Amino acid sequence: MTEPVLAIRGLQVRFRTGDGILQAVKGVDIDINAGETVAIVGESGSGKSQTMMSVMGLLASNGWAEGSVKYRGQELVGLSPEKLNNYRGSKLTMIFQEPMTSLDPLYRIGDQLALPLTTHGGLSKTKARERAIELLELVRIPDPKRRIDSYPHELSGGQRQRVMIAMALANNPDVLIADEPTTALDVTVQARILELLSDLQKRLGMSIVFITHDLGVVRRFATRTYVMKSGQVVESGETSALFASPKHPYTKMLIDAEPRGRKEPAPAGAPMVLDAKNIEVNFATKSGWFGKTSHVLRAVDNVSLSVRAGETIGVVGESGSGKSTLGRAVLRLLPASGTVRFEDRALMPLDRAGMRPLRRHLQLVFQDPFGSLSPRMTAGEIVTEGLLVHEPRMSRKERDRRAAQAFEEVRLEPAWRNRFPHEFSGGQRQRIAIARAMILHPKLVVLDEPTSALDRSVQKEIVDLLRDLQKTHGLAYVFISHDLAVVRALSDEIMVMKSGKVVERGTAQDIFERPKEDYTRDLIAAAFLNQQEPDATPLAS
Amino acid sequence: MLSYILRRLLSAIPTLLLIVTIAFFLIRLAPGGPFDLERPLEAKVMENLNKIYQLDKPLIEQYWLYLSAVVRGDFGPSFILRDFTVGELFARGLPVSMTLGGLALSFAILVGGTLGAVAALRQNSLIDYVVTGMGALGLTIPNFVVAPVLQIVLGLALAWLPIAGWNGGAPLNLVMPVIVLALPQIAVVARMTRAAMIENLRSNHIRTLRSLGLPSLTIVVHALRGAALPVISYLGPAAAALLTGSVVVETIFGLPGIGRYFVEGALNRDYTLVMGTVVVVAVFVLLFNLVVDILYAIIDPRIRYD
Repeated sequence: MTEPVLAIRGLQVRFRTGDGILQAVKGVDIDINAGETVAIVGESGSGKSQTMMSVMGLLASNGWAEGSVKYRGQELVGLSPEKLNNYRGSKLTMIFQEPMTSLDPLYRIGDQLALPLTTHGGLSKTKARERAIELLELVRIPDPKRRIDSYPHELSGGQRQRVMIAMALANNPDVLIADEPTTALDVTVQARILELLSDLQKRLGMSIVFITHDLGVVRRFATRTYVMKSGQVVESGETSALFASPKHPYTKMLIDAEPRGRKEPAPAGAPMVLDAKNIEVNFATKSGWFGKTSHVLRAVDNVSLSVRAGETIGVVGESGSGKSTLGRAVLRLLPASGTVRFEDRALMPLDRAGMRPLRRHLQLVFQDPFGSLSPRMTAGEIVTEGLLVHEPRMSRKERDRRAAQAFEEVRLEPAWRNRFPHEFSGGQRQRIAIARAMILHPKLVVLDEPTSALDRSVQKEIVDLLRDLQKTHGLAYVFISHDLAVVRALSDEIMVMKSGKVVERGTAQDIFERPKEDYTRDLIAAAFLNQQEPDATPLAS
Repeated sequence: MLSYILRRLLSAIPTLLLIVTIAFFLIRLAPGGPFDLERPLEAKVMENLNKIYQLDKPLIEQYWLYLSAVVRGDFGPSFILRDFTVGELFARGLPVSMTLGGLALSFAILVGGTLGAVAALRQNSLIDYVVTGMGALGLTIPNFVVAPVLQIVLGLALAWLPIAGWNGGAPLNLVMPVIVLALPQIAVVARMTRAAMIENLRSNHIRTLRSLGLPSLTIVVHALRGAALPVISYLGPAAAALLTGSVVVETIFGLPGIGRYFVEGALNRDYTLVMGTVVVVAVFVLLFNLVVDILYAIIDPRIRYD
């Protein structure tokens, strides 16, 4: 067997933190051979990113690596940044999870692309510019001659990731490390970026290391896979063999964690909870001294939505499709036109004070479990805050009892209600956010991407929890998500939104098995990267 | 951009008018007048003085007269410093204050910016602690303490520099006042640059540059440009304050700047002098806020005013 391009042996990464020394990577062996695609899979905190960050010498200043990383026989661990600069950016390159912030917002992309070319390739400024245009063409940025003078904020997330790829490929590297390169992007964009990467690999022949939690990507692109947990490689091997017969319980759990199961249909004749008709939301951009409306963006365009007790409507679409705006509009959190009826009351004529008593029945859970909980209140205070408004006469003792009850309901230890949000994991925080909604015994909950920020295995638990709560309390859900796998597992009916309009709607089964619109088909095709292949284990629960 | 600047300049006119109006009536609310001396003047003399300076007219008419004069660029005569118009006083004093302030400002940006950047690049090292420590000192020790200490050490004990005086703006005379003016600004600029640099060095786009194996100089340049934004927004108002002179520094070093006019004018009810100072300071503040906004747009392409 030929010598691997990159050989990692006994790599350990430690961080000096306020609570002492934290070992993030505990002795990892990984080989990357020339021209192959290797995936490193694991959930957040498994040390998969830190392993590769230490290869690139990009650990945070309080972290350090021990062990050995050899690039074609050259030891990289312990090299000074100056010496390391002979390899990174030319032989070893990396693209990151955050395309929106990985480019310097103050410089034109042409100037940023030219940096690795002039530094490592020794090209002159004009030559570097020519080559930069070629590179933009290579990563299929339309109109590269004009785009080269754009600033990053003038490009979309997908285009920015393409520019990052172009920068990484500028000097024909041997190894491209891609750290969750598509996680922050819409599904259809994800698919295109992944296709681009695999196509470029065929043409340029570099090795690719995918760091990912997305098993769909692994299955489709990686020849070999390493599974990491708590800083160690727990299992590795040929991808197909690994998926066919996973040995380690953690690998089994990961593969099992893909959301599955379907929702049982809501009982027939259940009462209508929310009925919204012809919802329209406009955002106007104002300019000039007198605030003349210069541009009107129709975020939601004539959308109707109704949901019965015990029923879930899935709202699917990519970012900017208006799905979150729709969720807020039906709760009257945004100025909108149209009619909204909650049970037997019309909501549109009500003012803020008129809405207030109804709010307890209409709850909202947000995507970001970190930003949506006040860091200065205990979990118990956060959960019971709604009771202060809706049941002001309730005694402190009774409130506390209700908090404990709500914690139990979302399967959190009731004794934890005196802790602060930062003491909880992402999944636990999302449970707190759900408890905050549930404590008021709502009738309708709008769930705005409640699982997107979570690991797959945690997602599965939250999906199960939501399903159980719905069954017990006969809740109506409006479930907003770009993740079709989760939507399918939870919804009775699905609306597919694009540019503020509903392009297709139908039962979950119809949408997935007989999609009518191209856009829906695209979404499903792209999302199936995250799914079992059709011939893998059957999905039915 | 040009139309934006024009719009901003035009919108400064109502702001200025408002400031002038408020200041005009506020100073008149203060008891006493410019000619109230310890020994009262004869009634006839007082009457004549008031007539000459048009103080006998109704307040609203005086306000109108003042406004129309200011529009013509005439700030009126000073009541106390006879023989001088307010315009003449500023023509003499403003260059002095602006020289001192401008030098102090440049000094603060250069020294403070460098110290802050170095401290950020060597975070938690000895030099970082020295810079942050000195920063705290520079902020907490008031200038009326620093100035006499410098005068005693550099002026008297070592006799390297003249103790006070303007001397036609001779470089040696400028050293001490500029240092005293600059010290607290150096401290603030160093602290702000350090904080902004640290934040920038941790950002994702700097990580990208590192991953591309670029030399540290490139990385520093990129981080500095990003770090400049918050510092600039502080420097705008700070520049306006520095360039319009400092009462304490100009008094201690006996410099003929405009800093003391505000205090002297107010204490002596020299209405025109106070008003003139108000207008000058207001114009500087408005102007430098505009400069900050323009610099912002130049540095950060995401900011567009059109």
